[in-house]
Amino acid sequence: MKLRSVIVALAALAAGLVLCRGHVLAASAEKGKAAFLQHGCWQCHGYQGQGGIAGLKLAPNPIPFETLSNFVRTTNRAMPPYREEILSNDDLADIYAYLQSIPKDPDPNSIPLLSP
Amino acid sequence: MARRDKSPQGSAAKGLDVSRRKFMAGVALTGAATAASPQGAAQAATTPSPSPALRPSALRPDVRMAAAETGTPKELAKATGPDGSDFMVDVIKTLNIEYVCSNPASSFRALHESLIDYGGNKKPEFITCTHEESSVGIGHGYFKVTGKPLMMLCHGTVGLQHAAMAIYNAWCDRVPVIAIGGTDIDAAHRAPGVPTFHSAQDINALVRDFTKWDDQPVSLQHFAQSMVRAYKIAMTPPHEPVMIALDLGLQQEPIKAHERESLYIPKYVPTAPPQADSNAVKEAAQLLANAERPVIVADRAARTPAGVKLLVELAETLQAPVIDQGGRMNFPNSHYLKQNARAQALISNADVIIGLELSDYWATVNRFVDNGLDGIGINETVIKPGTKLIGISSVGLVTKSNYQDFQRFQSLDVDMAGDAEASLPALIEAVKASIPSDGRAALEKRGEALKKAHADAHERTKAAAAVAWNASPISTARLAMEIYGQIKDLDYSLVSSSGNVSGWPNRLWRMDKHHNWLGSSGGYGVGYGAPAAIGAALGNRDIGGRFSVNIQSDGDLMYAPGVLWTAARHKIPILSVMHNNRGYHQEVMHVQRLANRRNRVAALGMDRSPIGTSIENPDIDYASLAKSMGYWSAGPIKDPAELGPTLKRAVEVVKSGQPALVDVWTQPR
Repeated sequence: MKLRSVIVALAALAAGLVLCRGHVLAASAEKGKAAFLQHGCWQCHGYQGQGGIAGLKLAPNPIPFETLSNFVRTTNRAMPPYREEILSNDDLADIYAYLQSIPKDPDPNSIPLLSP
Repeated sequence: MARRDKSPQGSAAKGLDVSRRKFMAGVALTGAATAASPQGAAQAATTPSPSPALRPSALRPDVRMAAAETGTPKELAKATGPDGSDFMVDVIKTLNIEYVCSNPASSFRALHESLIDYGGNKKPEFITCTHEESSVGIGHGYFKVTGKPLMMLCHGTVGLQHAAMAIYNAWCDRVPVIAIGGTDIDAAHRAPGVPTFHSAQDINALVRDFTKWDDQPVSLQHFAQSMVRAYKIAMTPPHEPVMIALDLGLQQEPIKAHERESLYIPKYVPTAPPQADSNAVKEAAQLLANAERPVIVADRAARTPAGVKLLVELAETLQAPVIDQGGRMNFPNSHYLKQNARAQALISNADVIIGLELSDYWATVNRFVDNGLDGIGINETVIKPGTKLIGISSVGLVTKSNYQDFQRFQSLDVDMAGDAEASLPALIEAVKASIPSDGRAALEKRGEALKKAHADAHERTKAAAAVAWNASPISTARLAMEIYGQIKDLDYSLVSSSGNVSGWPNRLWRMDKHHNWLGSSGGYGVGYGAPAAIGAALGNRDIGGRFSVNIQSDGDLMYAPGVLWTAARHKIPILSVMHNNRGYHQEVMHVQRLANRRNRVAALGMDRSPIGTSIENPDIDYASLAKSMGYWSAGPIKDPAELGPTLKRAVEVVKSGQPALVDVWTQPR
């Protein structure tokens, strides 16, 4: 009985990952930028996901989608959770595509103002 | 009308025939004597001078000083001005108050007239304000630069209601403001209509919960005692606002014949700040000296430049990391022991923590997470079991019940009621005596590790600042560093930083001097930034040689933008750079949080953020607003490449003695 539960759980997880990856593959960075604004991600993380005192840096080089998705759905930390009823899987995948599209930042040592 | 005190006064005053000229000369002589006397030293202790060479405020009084402070002061003199409010001006002048900030009002018309005509509009000089909240805010910022309080005058009802929020900020930020509200007590004789609307039985009740002391004098002699007492109470740590209700009848009536023979002005002698109990200091020193992972946390610890030096001495003695919570500039951020970047880890790993004038000890060692479906959030401790907690704070000496600025209750192992800065010399001495002879090597090793941690943290901070460096709207890191690029070689004073720019100035600007950073509002009442910045800039102008810069949020400025006119009118040089994120951003996030919690998509209407939280559509043209009030201005700047050159021009304008404002469209945080 216990083994069956584990198998069912693993199957569900695998299906979820396939589903997630499917969403990611079909995602649009352009739509993601709009969703990033519409759902208020920018409020704490900034328009380019740069982060700040109220939210962590999301881009460039975002964390793996599965990790991000899991956190967004279930967080009990400072960030409020976004459940699927208010942020669809498609929108979340688009947001991730937007974060992936944000170009790398300049080397801080190349910015004179940061080495006064 | 007021009962007149007919009792004979002290012999020094009785029978003296003092002309106005002689009286003022006497005041001047007394002032000079005060500056050179032990009392002068005591005054310096509670009235911080901008000079970094100021002696610590905690020096023990010598015999002469003790005698001077405990003896009965001699009265100064009598006044000969013809009217009650003239005498009031004589009293006020003895307190050496530089400015009176006010929006004019009929309930103090007599004092107003005496200040400018009898008193010559000097000490105090009238600063014309367009809102009472601005009057208090200017005094708030001025004190944090100069260590001297300002006076504000207001209608006792309508004006005081406008002022109340700013007084609460000053209360929470431990700043003295001498507030005087006009009122017309005699219902049988006061003018009907508006003056009666503007009178009340007890105007002070409105602010009694967040003032340290208040009074409603009923005679001129009573006023003299109340004014000197109010000043003395406000200027004794913990510094706090005080309030005097001033009857219009008392102001307007001529000085009675019998009063001319008896009126006197009590001498102001400052009170030495309260110090922590000596046995508790020794106990705390033992814990700190024998700790393996001590942490020092400071909020409003350094009241003066001397406080910064003392805190550095304590930290170096212990080789302990310092977390500066920023109520004042407590610790130089270039010093390797300043470890704000690792605050959470250090607190979590500490075995002994000492908190100095913390506004919220509970939140220093616990965490509240605003999450969870039950709507009450998550509370969790962040320290190890057995961590010893030490505190020195003067706030408990003035705790009141109604307003909750005392925060959640936190039990401490060694809890000392006293002024932290005044207590530091004794604590340092005790710590030095308590460090085990075989403990020096461990201290050096701890210091070396902290040097490396400080350098590593600085590199990480630089890397974080580079993210979105070229973004538009402009990142708050870019905003801060473009400003710093223009002022880093000046003796700058960041007079206010309203809104939230992710702490970039504190993280990346070199802040070694007490006036580099002045802290924030205290009570988080929006509307503090603009007037406090101008008040601090006024102080910096008078001190001379300092450049005042203000990071000004949009929501804060719109509470009372008329204060810009006051700066232009009184020729107060200040550079205000707008952190214009076009929203009440804290509230943007609060509404979003609640929408998420309830599984609803927040309604944006026509804006970027939840309805009711944006300041856009139409966008406010702050450059035009400032220009209309006499400022040099530019913006809105949206392209980061334009920011540096524009700021450079603005800095030159400010150096010439004018106020300038640059509007910048920014990222939210």
